[in-house]
Amino acid sequence: MRRESKIVGEQVFPVNRRRFVRGLAAGGALAAFKWSGWPMSGEATPNTPSTVTGQDFSLTIDSMPVNFTGRRAAAVAVNGTVPGPTLRWREGDTITVAVTNRLKETTSIHWHGVRVPADMDGVPGLSFRGIAPGETFRYRFPVKQSGTYWYHSHSMFQEQTGLMGALIIEPRGKDPVEWERDYVVLLSDWTNDNPETVYSNLKQQSDYYNYHRQTASGLIAEAKKKGFLQTISGRASWARMDMSPTDIADVSGATYTYLLNGNAPSANWTGLFLPGERVRLRFINGSSMTFFDVQIPGLKMTVVQSDGNDVEPIPVDEFRLGVAETYDVIVSPEDNAAYTIFAQSEDRSGYARGTLASSAGMTAAIPPMDPRPQRTMADMGMGNMKGLKMQEMGGGGMAGMDMPGTGEMDAKTVLKSADMDAMAGMEMGSSSGTTPFPQPGPATMPVMAMPGTGSDEAKLKASHPVHMHTGPQVDNIAMNVCDRLRDPGDGLNGNGRRVLAYADLRARYSGVDGRPPTREIELHLSGNMSRYIWGFNGQKFSNAEPIVLKLGERVRFVLINDTMMEHPIHLHGLWSELENGNGEFNPYKHTLTVKPAERVSYLVSVDTPGRWAFHCHLLYHMEAGMFRTVVVEP
Amino acid sequence: MLDYRQAWNRLATLFRTAAVVAMFWFGCAPQTRAQMSMPRPAGKVAGTPPTLGPAMMDNQAFAHALLGQFEGRSGGSGSQLRWDGEGWIGTDMNRIWLKSEGFSDSKRISDGDHEALYDRPIPRMRYLDGQVGVRADLDSGPTRVWAAFGIEGLAPYFFEFAPTLYVRDDGHVAGRLTGSFDLLLSQRWIVQPEAELNFYSKDDPGRRLGSGLSDADAGLRLRYEVRRKFCPYIGFAYNGKYGDTANYSRQAGESTSDPRFVFGLRLWY
Repeated sequence: MRRESKIVGEQVFPVNRRRFVRGLAAGGALAAFKWSGWPMSGEATPNTPSTVTGQDFSLTIDSMPVNFTGRRAAAVAVNGTVPGPTLRWREGDTITVAVTNRLKETTSIHWHGVRVPADMDGVPGLSFRGIAPGETFRYRFPVKQSGTYWYHSHSMFQEQTGLMGALIIEPRGKDPVEWERDYVVLLSDWTNDNPETVYSNLKQQSDYYNYHRQTASGLIAEAKKKGFLQTISGRASWARMDMSPTDIADVSGATYTYLLNGNAPSANWTGLFLPGERVRLRFINGSSMTFFDVQIPGLKMTVVQSDGNDVEPIPVDEFRLGVAETYDVIVSPEDNAAYTIFAQSEDRSGYARGTLASSAGMTAAIPPMDPRPQRTMADMGMGNMKGLKMQEMGGGGMAGMDMPGTGEMDAKTVLKSADMDAMAGMEMGSSSGTTPFPQPGPATMPVMAMPGTGSDEAKLKASHPVHMHTGPQVDNIAMNVCDRLRDPGDGLNGNGRRVLAYADLRARYSGVDGRPPTREIELHLSGNMSRYIWGFNGQKFSNAEPIVLKLGERVRFVLINDTMMEHPIHLHGLWSELENGNGEFNPYKHTLTVKPAERVSYLVSVDTPGRWAFHCHLLYHMEAGMFRTVVVEP
Repeated sequence: MLDYRQAWNRLATLFRTAAVVAMFWFGCAPQTRAQMSMPRPAGKVAGTPPTLGPAMMDNQAFAHALLGQFEGRSGGSGSQLRWDGEGWIGTDMNRIWLKSEGFSDSKRISDGDHEALYDRPIPRMRYLDGQVGVRADLDSGPTRVWAAFGIEGLAPYFFEFAPTLYVRDDGHVAGRLTGSFDLLLSQRWIVQPEAELNFYSKDDPGRRLGSGLSDADAGLRLRYEVRRKFCPYIGFAYNGKYGDTANYSRQAGESTSDPRFVFGLRLWY
């Protein structure tokens, strides 16, 4: 492992240095714009992917042998590292990225969460033809937003084999969040197996990677706890449906090694800090199939950003990071000590781990993994959700329901006083919504509905009700769906920690499009686990027509999850404004995790024309059909 | 009665037909790795290439084979080799299934049953597939070729079952019912009760089969999943013959009730 990493380091160094020089040049140019630069990037172990800055980038994609597990395997690397280098852009710059493909197959890079013209979005077959072997494709677009994002391949399973990296866009103005040190924490899942084999195995046996199935020996233990009859009837009600409450993750630690910045738990990626410093950790879930529950025992984390958009600071002990989501948190370690960054997979089949330490070589205890969650009938959309969920929560369970602000760290300390430089130069979108709205920020003004012309909620054109029945592509239809925004998720209730829930996310800046939606699009997340077919409204991608949107309209998407798994739903090109009860301060997201039997809605300003991808970001679900083309017609 | 050559010709014709059907169904599905984008109807959006569509793998063809029983059976009169496997190739909605089973001992191959079926999920059923195809009895006995119509899938309580109806010339009708269930003792120790029943509408003296319930093969196997695809097992199997079939066996000096210990491998690809 170590030896291999060193090799990686050697490979990357010349590239890194060249980038660094270029970065300096760019920095010099930027200084002319009175840009003070970002706070010092932390020093970390040599295993951290390098950081590349500037406006012109060249990335080379090639296959590379890696060794994360003690066994050599082939990965897809960007500039010789897995994950690829961290790119740092600056809001307002026009970025050029020349991507050269040295693979034997087509590749692509998608800038996840970045609002680009459709032909720069990097989805082969939708945005462009993909980057053929030996070819160089030049991405070029203006960067009109800031925050923590990431990039990854949108071709085949290259994302699973390592083609990903962090992407940080510095705000043009001063960042309202203050910190002294900054680390990217990119979580991923790695398998030595060929992802096509993984996919194929799931088609033949969907619980292939589940080594936590219910067993006869487990029955005895369960019966002792719950009583024999209740255990039997509980199991029978699942078995009658041919479903398993242990169905938490399709691909598990049975094949995955969970990585933190490309480091296995034993390699222990370490970020250093000086006591008293505020450290910004940019958590990115770059995994293919894994939901991570993240905590740093001993440190309160203050969530300041979600999916690249600033949110009102929320102190938490733990958060669930859905695939492709990002959260930025601030931690303030006060003493000379080490703290473990602990990210356990939702099914508790493994964890990614790193350390924050005041000096190199220090480590902290790795906490034990929490009990494995089990799905309940509520997750199936059967029975009373509230009643069931409440029963599950014992003791400190209600902590999750507390209002934010109980943390020891005063949330406001990480913020500058709220005054923003000036109200001059306010940005706003066009009132017709046909040109891209700016990202909400200190200097954005909401576009309001024109009196008389805008439709109100009462006149909202509802989507056609979706007629769906169970069948080969649909193994379940939830009878009772509900709002689970206050629920941090299966396995996180009642663990005694303050866990982030979607309801806690309140945007720092008011939304930019104040117009009410004119129509609703209802989509059921559907699938047949046993057949491993996934889709929307009971249809997989190849059976379905594109979703057509009209440029300039404002639409409400309603997602209803009829499956018993979480799905991180990602809409390319347009923001998803989660309707979590904060009105104009509803948070902007690019990826929304929909819990089992949950109904979630979000608003979309259809402001950029083109053909966009809309899909579940669980890689194998996407490939198995949970994908739609969204066409924005001019 | 068909001779072997005739049967083979019929089988070959059928396989050719199946291959043509398969090519028709799967023709557009498997994508070569290099050629990522498949042509789709044009979109109306300006500035985007009109003939592209995203390349999802949701209509890709897969192939898997499960050799559920590959075992030696000891006890009774000499030892036997038993195999029972099935494989499929195709997409979510269209598959070709191949099934094969039989016994082999020092003297002959018996119960040699080979099937090629077209398989498709039954609308509105979550876990059941309909299957249509051909069955050929190819072993040391005279050859028979049947048309096959069946259902295969998962019944409630994770009960795997497959009833199949067979028809051949002269109004012969046969039926087969197979069922199995996986009982997990632990994550890797799994007990599988399994049974297969065969029925015939008419006597077939050539294959020493009587009408009615002819035979049953039931087993209880304990396997250890070293890996999902490699599971050694031990167990107990009972093969019984009934009615006129039992009479034929008695006339041939064979037992009608054959309990045996088994040891074997469960393999899948």
